[in-house]
Amino acid sequence: MRHLDEYRDPLAIRSVLSRIEKALVRPATLMEVCGGQTHAILKFGLDQVLPPKLRLIHGPGCPVCVTPLEQIDRALAIAATPGVIFCSFGDMLRVPGSHGDLLLAKARGADVRIVYSPMDAVAIARREPSRPVVFFAVGFETTAPANAMAALVAMREGVRNFSMLVSHVLVPPALEALLSADGCEIDGLLAPGHVCVITGQEEYETVSRRFGIPIVITGFEPLDLLSGVLAAIEQLETGRACVENRYARVASAGGNAAARRVVGEVFEVCDRKWRGLGEIPASGYAFAPAFAAVDAERVFGLEDLRVDEPDDCPSGLVLQGRLVPTRCPQFGARCTPDHPLGAPMVSAEGACAAYFHYGRTAAEGEEARA
Amino acid sequence: MCLAIPGRLVSVCGAEELRAGEVDFGGVRRPTNLAFVPEAQVGDYVLVHVGFAIAVIDEVVAAETLDALTALDVLRDDPDSLARFEASLPAMAEQPKLRRLH
Repeated sequence: MRHLDEYRDPLAIRSVLSRIEKALVRPATLMEVCGGQTHAILKFGLDQVLPPKLRLIHGPGCPVCVTPLEQIDRALAIAATPGVIFCSFGDMLRVPGSHGDLLLAKARGADVRIVYSPMDAVAIARREPSRPVVFFAVGFETTAPANAMAALVAMREGVRNFSMLVSHVLVPPALEALLSADGCEIDGLLAPGHVCVITGQEEYETVSRRFGIPIVITGFEPLDLLSGVLAAIEQLETGRACVENRYARVASAGGNAAARRVVGEVFEVCDRKWRGLGEIPASGYAFAPAFAAVDAERVFGLEDLRVDEPDDCPSGLVLQGRLVPTRCPQFGARCTPDHPLGAPMVSAEGACAAYFHYGRTAAEGEEARA
Repeated sequence: MCLAIPGRLVSVCGAEELRAGEVDFGGVRRPTNLAFVPEAQVGDYVLVHVGFAIAVIDEVVAAETLDALTALDVLRDDPDSLARFEASLPAMAEQPKLRRLH
């Protein structure tokens, strides 16, 4: 397909790999923030062809993985309410809650439906006016505009049986938490290209200045990823630290103003709990007061539900790039995509799932580079 | 979750938040909301995420990016790097290897 295939050209990949090898003098650790980038790196084997002196660690950019247990439990409670139609992106159905997951709830009779777009959930609510329809609004800044638009359209059209369980999270506050942590080994960041399509790069410039770290806005195809790596290495080797955009064909410096306007109308910034990372101030979106009528937490009286995270899955360490999935004692044994202990083994963007699906083992993976 | 796919806009209808169109993804066509890309015209390539176009792909920048990445094939004078790359080619295969470890 156009605008994808060109970025998988072996000759060009060869050329950029060679340039990375030439540019890299000192060992460096880069974090790719987005789980989609993690999966592409493993799918295309980039981790196995980059120089051993370069270490890629995987960031928390998987909204499914960082959705806290209590939000899954809220979803399960709503889905189990008689008459409710609970709509969600497919990834969320197998994330374990305290007692089962949404797929199990569906098997037990709950009306749980996978939708492609939040607007599909609004359409279901129009078609079924006598039943409450709830959409599980999960995602980063990329997904927030679509979910905000669904809430806006439902309010304007008076679709009174529609509400949304919101669990939106924001990337820059999480990056600040990671970079502030003791023992942080991150030398440079590959920023999530599709988040930046919406937000632009201003917030990333603040992070880059504050921590003196190169940040490269990076896409998702092999050439995009290698181009991002090359730009970060060139900055490190020349002692520079700034934001560079290597995904400019879709991500402009100013982002998407029309999308941000809708987000600003519907949501307001709030503190959010991240699975594995704890509460991070001003790191999420909640509904603005004018949209209380579509806030499922209020509609179903679940605002005060609090649940502690289980301790049998070290997902927090994986999400901070401090534990390579294959070094988790549960990996591939008690924890597989068929029987996941934690969200990173479930999600299409989870680092554990990527290592499992693309056949990485401790022997041929990170220990070979150590 | 942040997955977004480029496709070609083949039709447009409606206005404002309900402005929509059909986007062709290599033969598969999907209805797509165009509220966030008011500048998008039929024939443009747009980036689509959860049923919404979130950007119009800048063809000029795309061409410049590819030119910059493919213009200089430094491997021709670097046989060691080329040999290492050729040796790594099997690892570049796209086929996932489903495997149980225990």
